[in-house]
Amino acid sequence: MTEKKDTNGYLDMELLRFTTAGSVDDGKSTLIGRLLYDSKSIFEDQIEAIEKAGRNQGKSEIDLALLTDGLRAEREQGITIDVAYRYFATPKRKFIIADTPGHIQYTRNMVTGASTANLAIILIDARNGVIEQTLRHAYIASLLQIPHIVVCINKMDLVDYDEAVYEKIKKQFESFAPKLEVRDIKFIPISALKGDNVVEPSENMPWYRGTTLMYLLENIYIKGDYNHTDARFPVQYVIRPQSEEFHDYRGYAGRIDGGIFKVGDKIKVFPSGLESKIKSIDTLNEKLDFAFAPQSVSITVEDDIDISRGDMIVKPDNLPVQSQDITAMISWFNERPLQVRGKYTLRHTTNEVKCIIQEVKFKMDINSMNKNTEDKEIKMNDIGKIKIKTAKPLFFDAYRKNRNTGSFILIDDITNETVGAGMIVTDKA
Amino acid sequence: MNNYHLNHLRELEAESIFVFREVAAQFDNPVILFSGGKDSIVMFHLARKAFYPAKVPIPLLHIDTGHNFEETIKFRDNLVEKYGVKLYVGSVQKTIDEGKVREETGYNASRNVLQTTTLLDAIEEHKFDAAMGGGRRDEEKARAKERFFSHRDEFGQWDPKNQRPELWNLFNGKKRMGEHFRVFPLSNWTELDVWQYIYMEDIEIPNLYFTHKREVFERDGVLLATAPFMTLKPNEKPEILDVRCRTIGDITNTGLTRSKADNLKDIIDEIAAERTTERGQRFDDKRSETAMEDRKKEGYF
Repeated sequence: MTEKKDTNGYLDMELLRFTTAGSVDDGKSTLIGRLLYDSKSIFEDQIEAIEKAGRNQGKSEIDLALLTDGLRAEREQGITIDVAYRYFATPKRKFIIADTPGHIQYTRNMVTGASTANLAIILIDARNGVIEQTLRHAYIASLLQIPHIVVCINKMDLVDYDEAVYEKIKKQFESFAPKLEVRDIKFIPISALKGDNVVEPSENMPWYRGTTLMYLLENIYIKGDYNHTDARFPVQYVIRPQSEEFHDYRGYAGRIDGGIFKVGDKIKVFPSGLESKIKSIDTLNEKLDFAFAPQSVSITVEDDIDISRGDMIVKPDNLPVQSQDITAMISWFNERPLQVRGKYTLRHTTNEVKCIIQEVKFKMDINSMNKNTEDKEIKMNDIGKIKIKTAKPLFFDAYRKNRNTGSFILIDDITNETVGAGMIVTDKA
Repeated sequence: MNNYHLNHLRELEAESIFVFREVAAQFDNPVILFSGGKDSIVMFHLARKAFYPAKVPIPLLHIDTGHNFEETIKFRDNLVEKYGVKLYVGSVQKTIDEGKVREETGYNASRNVLQTTTLLDAIEEHKFDAAMGGGRRDEEKARAKERFFSHRDEFGQWDPKNQRPELWNLFNGKKRMGEHFRVFPLSNWTELDVWQYIYMEDIEIPNLYFTHKREVFERDGVLLATAPFMTLKPNEKPEILDVRCRTIGDITNTGLTRSKADNLKDIIDEIAAERTTERGQRFDDKRSETAMEDRKKEGYF
């Protein structure tokens, strides 16, 4: 693809989505405030507004935490209770922060924020070391398969910037890291309040030879985060212009969920099993020779075969799993617990099927990472492993192989609410 | 292998196109809210991309306060004709004439709040089940927690404490009769992204965004355009300045920026160096700290 270039490099930036989980006391809001403030992403009228809000609450200094506290109810209670999205940019990258609360009763919010993140920041208070909450945050990052984890050991100013404290916490974390499925873990000693190693390197910790958090966010290698191996194209919408110019045009529109598709590639369509070849890949700007995840394109095929929304286009030499029996880790979102033998609507890629919950294998104690096979009731904010039977086959991959073709949500047919989020487990992966 | 990578604008674009197609697939009667401002123009451009080579199958709805910049209406009508899309207009004047709302009086009188009633009436009259807006999460903090698919009850109200979770790219647009959704394809875009994208894609925008001479006056630190329905206070003196719009909305509360930027690159540089948010120049948000949240709950855009 040819792109317009400009001298300021605005069009060369990459997008990095990261999540921060933390509680009121571990300095999460201060850290985000620091990142926004030091990258000059806070505007004067926003500072004015929080100064005014702070005065109303009887505070004298600027409280950066107010910047990241959205709704009135939350401001009054002084806690963050939903996922809030924040934006900032440096000349290298645009960042989207999914800012989530850290307490166990907000597990569902953390799961939501983690679902689209490339990177997770886990905050540890240097005075407390690794605690239950640290394990929980790390487990969620691992469960949701966030490719990169950055462990920030915060409040180093309160432990005299002591290297021994940092090393001890790092060892504690590393001791349970083998239980996690994370490819990339990094550690940084910081003080969000004082600014050490957040944007500017710390003069107080000469023993630390690594990079600042901002440097890492700007430079960490993320080009490998998308699956470009297994070609998956869930059909989202069929485009039929029915105009004179495009009389017989049938375009299969969708977003590539994995791999690369080239013009001329042999394809196979699920569920029909019919095969054809890619005739063209179309966008408004130009016809493409190839397209890759996560592009949104429209594909036409050589043969006149029946393809509709919910179908999946793949390549014959690399097939997804096709089955009506699904095993998955489920994160529960609703006040009404998961019903064994209960029926739900399952939405997977662009496909929707009815399903029944067959069995709960275990409930995860996410503070200890132990499996509970005694109490298996999955309530709001619980995570467990379940077996599901679907009314029609799904075409899927293991979640650890592909976060888009391996995930689904459950919808309650009476309330229409999204009640659960699932990550598919297969025997192979 | 790893040349298969998108820049941040292409990634945002892919996400927004996905949202448009999802709306077309999940809803029976969606509509795109079109104000003639840059965000709604970018929205329409993305809609064209989503359905190419077909025409955009979703009609536009303009909530017309009657207090417009002339250029906006011209631009809107040209676009509708050029791309053969259907346009609905909801008139705030008609809502006032029907006695459903009372017009504000005084110097700061604005029809901005009244738009809500007109919008909800239009949604009910035409039975729209999804209204797509150009709202972005970076605009204002009440928007930071807004979903792509935002559920509204039968009174058009938003319940910030009871929003549906949105994971991965799985959007749940299921609803009961009479309920509808607001959908925000530009959720993850920032003001700077929008401008960069307009530049990258050569998207046509109204001349109001570029520098021009206009008669303006200053009120509470904001430059406003003079117009027949604006009443000046005794100490407010109109003068002719080089200005441009940073946002375009109802003329009574669209703040103008002193600027000589006559091309997109200069505008991008100006925005990158800005020290106030674009909503900081909107008169209506200054009324109270939670102004936006209160209006949203009632069904504002």
